[in-house]
Amino acid sequence: MRKFWLLLGLLALPLPASAQEVSTRFGPEDANVRLLVRSTTDIRIFGPVIDAFLAARPDLAVDYEQWGSNPLFDLSLEDCTQERTGADVVISSGVHQMVQLVNNACAAPHVSALTTALPAALRWRDELWGITREAAVIAYNRDLVPPGDVPRTRFDLLDLLRPTASPYAGHVATYDVEESGLGYLFAFSDAREATTFGALLESLGRTGAIATCCSAEIIAGVADGTYLIAYNVLGSYAQVAALDDPRIGIVLPQDYTLVLSRALMIPKEAAHRIEAAAFLDFLLSAPGRAALSDVLLINPLTDKASAEERAPLSETALRPIGLSPALIVALDQQKRAQFIHRWRDNFSRGVRP
Amino acid sequence: MNSHIPRWKLSLVARVALAVALLLAVGGALVSVAAFAYGRQAAQDAYDRLLVGAATGIAASISVDGTDLVVDLPVSAFQLLALAPDDRIAYRVTGTAGEVLTGYADLPGPPDTPATGLDFYDARFFGEPARYVAITRRFAERNVSGPVEVIVGQTLRARRALALEITQRALVVLAGAGVLMSLLAVFVVRSALRPLDRLAEAVARRDPYDLTPIAVPVPKETEVLVGALNGFMGRIDQQVRAMRGLISDSAHQLRTPVAALRAQADLAAGEPDGTRRNAIVTRIHRRTVELGHLLDQMLSRALVIHRAESLRREPVDLRDAALEVVEAGDFALTAPGVEIRLEIGEAEVPVQGDLLSLTEAAKNLLGNAVKHGATPVRVGASVEKGRAVLWVEDSGTGPAPEYLARLGSRFAHNATSRGDGSGLGLAIAASVAQAYGGELVLETVRTGFRAALVMPLGEVTE
Repeated sequence: MRKFWLLLGLLALPLPASAQEVSTRFGPEDANVRLLVRSTTDIRIFGPVIDAFLAARPDLAVDYEQWGSNPLFDLSLEDCTQERTGADVVISSGVHQMVQLVNNACAAPHVSALTTALPAALRWRDELWGITREAAVIAYNRDLVPPGDVPRTRFDLLDLLRPTASPYAGHVATYDVEESGLGYLFAFSDAREATTFGALLESLGRTGAIATCCSAEIIAGVADGTYLIAYNVLGSYAQVAALDDPRIGIVLPQDYTLVLSRALMIPKEAAHRIEAAAFLDFLLSAPGRAALSDVLLINPLTDKASAEERAPLSETALRPIGLSPALIVALDQQKRAQFIHRWRDNFSRGVRP
Repeated sequence: MNSHIPRWKLSLVARVALAVALLLAVGGALVSVAAFAYGRQAAQDAYDRLLVGAATGIAASISVDGTDLVVDLPVSAFQLLALAPDDRIAYRVTGTAGEVLTGYADLPGPPDTPATGLDFYDARFFGEPARYVAITRRFAERNVSGPVEVIVGQTLRARRALALEITQRALVVLAGAGVLMSLLAVFVVRSALRPLDRLAEAVARRDPYDLTPIAVPVPKETEVLVGALNGFMGRIDQQVRAMRGLISDSAHQLRTPVAALRAQADLAAGEPDGTRRNAIVTRIHRRTVELGHLLDQMLSRALVIHRAESLRREPVDLRDAALEVVEAGDFALTAPGVEIRLEIGEAEVPVQGDLLSLTEAAKNLLGNAVKHGATPVRVGASVEKGRAVLWVEDSGTGPAPEYLARLGSRFAHNATSRGDGSGLGLAIAASVAQAYGGELVLETVRTGFRAALVMPLGEVTE
């Protein structure tokens, strides 16, 4: 699939915007500066944040393009190596890809009081910043999963899948690591975090779990009962969906919960660096953080009121995926090939006709 | 009060302070450069070890799978490199045939020096300066054999930050040391200059008439200065003493003849007999002449002593002095029956002195000889035993030995007791001889009695 995206990207070279999923224009049409934001974040979720920014900066307009994390990475890398003016701001949940872009000297630095106030894990080289706080959660269908079966930890999930005639076999979904940059990152982080991952991978593969590409699709599947349980779903999307759909239940795994901060960078070829930096500073400022919190992109996680399933997490169970050059390993050609090979091995073994 | 004294533009303290400041500045600059060099080296070494650690970790993670080399990139290696949190990471693993197994394909390779298995080199990484290490692991498997090269590089931000930090800390210590040394320098300079202050204080506190030597202990460097000062005061003291002696001697010597004159005059006033009164008047006249002579001698002595002690010395030929004495012919009048001979040779008799003083001294000696000795009287100048001698010799036997002994000790005193001024002449001669570093020698010789000024020989002028 990655090759497919690459191919599509290459075909669309004269009109790179065509590889995007959705594009929306914000702000006045006659604005002097139109900031091009490319992001993996769902436009319906991120829209209010941009509205809040434009309310503070009425002189600007924003063109928002929503991308898959892999095509966004490929496009940004291409812009960088060909020194082509592309996006003014790139925001991706595939933070390992963003780290790779910065390591390849594709980003422009920016320093302000707000960026220096960020903790070290949310900032790298003053070229990459973590702007959100989202958990990787287990989502389940409230109607179809009895309360006693709801997995609180990964071990619970393993236990559910262990019986040969488990009703959950074939009804557990997770990201496809090859198609979703975020899915790969979560799986990679899981593999680094605990030995549970091997067992889980084996279980998911054996029971014919479904690996698919996108958050929206997975959450919709959980809501309509196609999937009973979804593992490692991005919490922000699941929570937003759960607000409107009571069938969706959410669990923050108590053994450990991965915490993702979407990474933002300003490409060094950006046409409007100053405005891009202003956008970054807005996202890091109190109003920006409030706007992000409103759409659940910043989730307190340990706050009891926010945890849907009433079991508040201790801070020690949180495993933030920090912006560190160590994430470069995740994108290493051989490492990635080996990881995907291992993943495919497990999943293909259990695939049912 | 000291405003007329010419001064150095800078005080001693200012000069020393300037020197110390210069020393500190130059030393500080040198140490700063050294600190920076050291900081760079230390940072380089520290982060080079990280590079080697990471490269070794990566090299160890390479395994052989059938005919393929598999690199299972260890996260720990990258975590190690992430200890330099803001530096970008470059890496590459190339297989036995030089093919890129993983990593950045277009990294700069190590320089073409003979590979030692561990090479450090500097190159760029996406335009930013970076430090690389290349290590080689050799495989000797059935299907895979040959060197596998691992290159790991890192940009230099952390190194520079560490180097700067080390330098800054060193500079802080250095600045502290500088301040401390400045304070010590102030202390040392003050203590070194304290003897000078003490000396100045001692001099300022002295009574203006106190001419004794300065007894304040001084360091060796200022001994010369104090010695000169003491010598100067010594000379003043000597002159003051001489003046005092002259005045008291003069008063003493004048008292007796003046008292005698008054007595004679009283006698003359009470003498009714004309003939006897005439005799008394004749005595008064003779006494007056003697008194005049005594006054002449005293003035001469004062003059001679003054000249001898204050005038610059010049080369003088003693033959000139002898000639002058004889040619003046003063004694032709007072003692017409005395024959005076001049005895001088062909050779010059040089001394460093003053012709007038020496002549006066010799005249006094001649006066004594004429008065007390026997004719003929010889006056001469000669070089004897390496010394210059100006002598007067009469043909008599000289004074009695015990009297001569007393003469030897105190001419002036003797003169006052005698009241006739002959001792005064000897005193003048002795003073002049002493002023030129010589002595007055009185002795009985084969041909008579001889009084001689014996002085160090001067340089021959011709």
